[in-house]
Amino acid sequence: MKYEYVIIGNSAAAIGAVEAIRKNDRNGRIAIISSENYHVYSRPLISYLLLKKTNEEKMKYRDDSFYSHHGCELKLNKTAIRINPEKKLVILDDGSDIGYDKLLISTGSSPLIPPIPGLDQVKYKFAFTTLDDAKALENVLKENLRVLIIGAGLIGLKCAEGIRNKGVEIICVDLSPRVLSSILDDESSEIVKKHLEEKNIKLYLGRRIKKIKKNAACFDDGSIIQFDVLVMAAGVKPNISLIRDAGGKTNMGIIINERCQTSIPDIYAAGDCCESIDISSGETKLMALLPNAYMQGECAGMNMSGADYIFDKAVPMNSIDLFGKHIMTAGTYSGRVYYESDGKNYKKLFYSENRLNGFILIDNIEKAGIYTALIRERTPLDTLDFELICKMPGLMAFDREARAEMLGGKDNESART
Amino acid sequence: MKRVYVNEKWCLGCHLCEYYCAFAATNKPDIAIALKGKKINPRIRIEENDNISFAVSCRHCDEPLCVKSCITGALARIDGVIAINNDKCIGCYTCILSCPYGAITISEDGVIQKCELCINTHEETPQCVKGCPNGAIVFEERG
Repeated sequence: MKYEYVIIGNSAAAIGAVEAIRKNDRNGRIAIISSENYHVYSRPLISYLLLKKTNEEKMKYRDDSFYSHHGCELKLNKTAIRINPEKKLVILDDGSDIGYDKLLISTGSSPLIPPIPGLDQVKYKFAFTTLDDAKALENVLKENLRVLIIGAGLIGLKCAEGIRNKGVEIICVDLSPRVLSSILDDESSEIVKKHLEEKNIKLYLGRRIKKIKKNAACFDDGSIIQFDVLVMAAGVKPNISLIRDAGGKTNMGIIINERCQTSIPDIYAAGDCCESIDISSGETKLMALLPNAYMQGECAGMNMSGADYIFDKAVPMNSIDLFGKHIMTAGTYSGRVYYESDGKNYKKLFYSENRLNGFILIDNIEKAGIYTALIRERTPLDTLDFELICKMPGLMAFDREARAEMLGGKDNESART
Repeated sequence: MKRVYVNEKWCLGCHLCEYYCAFAATNKPDIAIALKGKKINPRIRIEENDNISFAVSCRHCDEPLCVKSCITGALARIDGVIAINNDKCIGCYTCILSCPYGAITISEDGVIQKCELCINTHEETPQCVKGCPNGAIVFEERG
């Protein structure tokens, strides 16, 4: 069987690609291969599912009619195990193969399993990135159990929030002395840490688990924590093996260009499996973020279907709610600092060489997208009232012409009558 | 498609657009009855500073960053209008982090709100446009 478009993976990047392909090509046949057995769902919502703030129906990232409406053949419960770029074939785990004209790798990432001796002997241990992970965890949770979460980053803390009403004791451990160490600085991390402790999350930070003996985690400082259930939330690693094994260029993630092409002709890649250039720093890095995945998928889909489309504005950004506290971050934390804090509301902007590089906001999140846009567009800060925009993001800080274009289009002569 | 456009030259800073916007969301017949004693939380907001003022609401972008960034699929571009499915919004506010205009805000029940061009009120002209006494907000087709 041969398709014009084959997409491996069925999450945000895949959907972005399908929606883009159908802008240019109404008829080309699309096949989507997924290891999971679900209609496309939003992975970040699994913690909300456990909290009962959503359900499986509402978690669907697109409507039930999505695949039929976009003319996609969905191959669920099938895993691509190999690509043959010469014959342009994808080989599946059931032994069958699928031919392609253009192929998209949107295989996402897998949980990082920390190399802790004794981990393999733990009976109740779970990752927390997929719907099946969340269901499996929920199935074993009972009141008064003690849950040990390895990792106090985004995944670990969202898991903690997800199970907060299950009557379990929650302990989060992390090698870093800070919570959310990949996106917060010392002071903002301390605000979030206090908030979590007020919500009865126990935090054991800056400590390494040396080994695990049955239901006891032994730390390098000699302390021991007993647990009933273990959650591994120490981060994710990109699923790159299909491209690597086919001879394509990979590093930590799959290497792609600004058109989301891999080094192998007619093969594209998008989402968590890739490395991207962070426009705020110019560095190439992993950015396992849903908006980035969608936009890379869209870029890949546009190019796969004949358009010439560039996506070169990836910004690392996070907007998360943790136990009622809103945290927004974006970009890179380097340069001079604008700072405001009253111990609860917190704002830090980082800028250098006439550009905004990054920011951290806690609770004070109104109009934050105006800051994100300054980072994304590398807007020269001397073209606006920087003092004003530091205090309050708004269009007021831009000059009159820029504002007229934003609010009225290029030709803003009002048809005033 | 027709969109709401704002010309700050004519804005009086009277905030009537905000009241008409809040009124539109109530689906009640009379603005005074609908809003009496209420603190309004409109989808269009006036920015003002010294003698400059202007209204800001969703631009209904052709390439909407809020829709592309929405983690739940609650935001979609339907016939050119960026529309919210309240049922699906989880209140993560990634759209607020993405919108370059600051045009998305938080509603009373914690999900997001934004201008949907009064599509739910079956009015042909958005209420903010109707309510603007000085023609500073118009509903037009522009390139």
